[in-house]
Amino acid sequence: MHPGIIFFLVILGSLLFHIFTPWYWTDIASNWGSMDDTITLTFWVGGGVFIAVCLFMIYCVFKFSYKEDRKAEYKPEDKKLEKILTWATTLGVVALLAPGLVIWNQYVNVPKNAIEIDVMAWQWGWQYRLPGKDGKLGTTKVININDENPFGIILEDPNGKDDILIQSDTIHLKNNKPVKILLRSVDVLHNWYVPQFRAKMDAVPGVITYYWFEPNKVGEYEVLCAEYCGVGHYAMRGRVFVKNEEDYAKWLDEQETFSDLVAKQKKLEFNKTELAKK
Amino acid sequence: MSEDFNNNKIIHAQSSETIGGASGSPDMDYVRPAETGDQDLYHGHSFITKWIFCQDAKVIGVQYFLLATFTGIIGLILSWLMRLQLGFPGLAGFMTAEHYYQFVTMHGMIMVVYFLTALFLGGFGNYLIPLMCGARDMVFPYLNMISFWMFFIAVGVLLASFFVPGGPTGSGWTLYPPQSILEGTPGSGWGILLMCLSLILFVAGFTMGGLNYLITVLQARTRGMTLMRMPLTVWGIFTATVLAMLAFPALLVGSLMMSLDKVLGTSFFMPTILKAGEVLEYGGGSPILFQHLFWFFGHPEVYIVALPAFGIISDLISVHARKNIFGYRMMVWAIVGIGALSFFVWAHHMYVSGMNPWFGFFFATTTLIIAVPTAMKVYNWILTLWRGNIRLNTVMLWCLGFIVTFVNGGITGIFLGNVTVDVPLSDTYFVIAHFHMVMGIAPLMVIMGAVYHWFPLVAGKFLDEKLGKWHFWLTFLGAYSIYFPMHYLGFIGVPRRYFEMYDSPYVTSAVGMNEFISIAAFIVGAAQFILIFNIIKTLKTGKPAGHNPWKACSLEWLTPSVPPEHGNWGDRLPVVHRWAYDYSVPGAKEDFITQTTPPSEVANTEVEKT
Repeated sequence: MHPGIIFFLVILGSLLFHIFTPWYWTDIASNWGSMDDTITLTFWVGGGVFIAVCLFMIYCVFKFSYKEDRKAEYKPEDKKLEKILTWATTLGVVALLAPGLVIWNQYVNVPKNAIEIDVMAWQWGWQYRLPGKDGKLGTTKVININDENPFGIILEDPNGKDDILIQSDTIHLKNNKPVKILLRSVDVLHNWYVPQFRAKMDAVPGVITYYWFEPNKVGEYEVLCAEYCGVGHYAMRGRVFVKNEEDYAKWLDEQETFSDLVAKQKKLEFNKTELAKK
Repeated sequence: MSEDFNNNKIIHAQSSETIGGASGSPDMDYVRPAETGDQDLYHGHSFITKWIFCQDAKVIGVQYFLLATFTGIIGLILSWLMRLQLGFPGLAGFMTAEHYYQFVTMHGMIMVVYFLTALFLGGFGNYLIPLMCGARDMVFPYLNMISFWMFFIAVGVLLASFFVPGGPTGSGWTLYPPQSILEGTPGSGWGILLMCLSLILFVAGFTMGGLNYLITVLQARTRGMTLMRMPLTVWGIFTATVLAMLAFPALLVGSLMMSLDKVLGTSFFMPTILKAGEVLEYGGGSPILFQHLFWFFGHPEVYIVALPAFGIISDLISVHARKNIFGYRMMVWAIVGIGALSFFVWAHHMYVSGMNPWFGFFFATTTLIIAVPTAMKVYNWILTLWRGNIRLNTVMLWCLGFIVTFVNGGITGIFLGNVTVDVPLSDTYFVIAHFHMVMGIAPLMVIMGAVYHWFPLVAGKFLDEKLGKWHFWLTFLGAYSIYFPMHYLGFIGVPRRYFEMYDSPYVTSAVGMNEFISIAAFIVGAAQFILIFNIIKTLKTGKPAGHNPWKACSLEWLTPSVPPEHGNWGDRLPVVHRWAYDYSVPGAKEDFITQTTPPSEVANTEVEKT
């Protein structure tokens, strides 16, 4: 078989695969549909270039394959053609880059009404903290973390007292309400990633990183760690429930605040000393 | 007067050094005399000085090639083991998560550094630079020999890590701290230290070789070989070496600092860390700093592999399409421009690393700018085919395979370089598919094309075409069907570096695809042994190639003996009169004019560029 035919079938196959593939986006459940749109745009432009270049190549292979009595054209340069191609490519690149930068600008600027969530990662698990009635999260320190203070909240910080602590890998989010994910890690790199939300960012020990999204589909989602974090990486999963307002409020009510925890522990301590006295 | 002016455009077979003289007179063949005398070489006499501790760049090139191929085969076997786990989890009973991550790490590091880099620069660089520039050898042959043996020791140290307590490091080829030096990652003791040591040795050895490549190109070219007459292969390897000289130091200090963090307890990359309920003695360091150092090396590294591949493929296409490379000057400036730009894009590997997100704007812009010169190169390759006289032999098939895979991988690079698009795709199988296509398969196509092309020079015999075609089609179709569908796993959201997916609801549909990819990977890997069989068979029974079997223009084919002997050129160095691409010149008797042909011999031709 002429090699050109096989190459042509490869390109045709790629195109058909793309059209009929059963493997594509997991259904989106956040505001970042614009990311999918940028990808679709890149597919059109990039895919078009790929197919055009390959078809041109295949055409050449058919049309100009070796003949003893023919001589190739002799033309070292064609300034005009090279200029046209440079500018056309530049134009294409700008067309792809511009929307990308616009959306990135949205990605790094968090809406004012976003709820902050402290996502704390370690080898290998997650836990979460939500601001209390004051709407502010208390500051934390790694060295403060212990059994009585699982999030390492600085005790002198008044904002931390009413923080809502969720010592579980499962978090609930309010539908159609933007959240700002504040990521921190106590040991190595991690990444709190839900494919349906599209967004992600690494959790880096020593600093707090962030990203935001707005969940817009009620349901249950799996959290994956998306930055290699040692041998348990593949098992570092979590869970997100996106709930409507009522269900969310009900769930939130059942959660414990930091002062609740401290009070409980004090009581426990008190009971212990009482017991010892007796 | 006006006639003279017109003659500037089409110089009738005059070399640029010509000082006047009528058409056909010997004056037109004038080339400036050499500035220094001929080089005297150390000739080995014993078996050891001729073949083991040898100072001949050609032998060193072959040594590099063989050792790199050997480590490459180890990398290949590791990839089989990974695919076995991913396609058929649980089938290999011995495979624990620790093993899996160790295989992933060693596969990555071996393939990028010890296989591709060593093979392109150490292998092809050593063999081709002196021959293509018309030099007798590298300028520092002794240093060149030590360079190879440093590489040998580096490989030894790397492979030794398979046998130390805890085994090799399993921290991913990026070696990101803190996990790479903390418990919880396999090989976080001996493994990571040996990895760092091996990289340090590699960089030291590579610097010795690299200085040779650079200075040979700059200082040891023969008479008449101006920079703008050099084959693009030399331009590619030269520029890649400049990149390596500037980029490898970042890897070196990164490895050194991490070793200090591990051994002496410094905290370059280590913040306060809580592990198993205890606060470790580290504090104040930055894990992201390591990532900057790593990728300041790591991104140019991509081009250290790609630029020689660009150069080599340009030459192969030109020779076998019997046509000059289209837009030679544009090609040279694209190589240099890509090389320079490659130092300003490294953080596109770090869009979601937690660095200041505002960097995203800058690095997305620089990254997409690099697409322009890269696209120009692609256009020029296919425009070289246009109106050529294309020999559809094995070498050309590898070239065509390269164009398809490189364009495919280049375009998925535009996805990932465009910061917003990277967010959902980073750390997924899309990334795996992208970089394997663009810097795994595409350079491999070039290596294979180059092997089939230059084997007649190195061994004096043609490789078997029939076996070569089987090798090509199995590799190309197999590799394409591994990596093309793999992009779509990334769209689903399947994260990379997962030992097992369990029953995540949205990836159950991918099980069948994973099995298919694994089977394709086994076949493609096995197909590579066709080449080894082909080489053995050819050395025994292959038909002799003779002088310049492909009818090429460039100098390496014009040595007095084939294969070339030590010193390359016999009694007299060649004198160069033209660029390396005078194919199918109108008026010439044959469809090529070698670089050493003086203008007076082809006086009636219409040579446009000299």
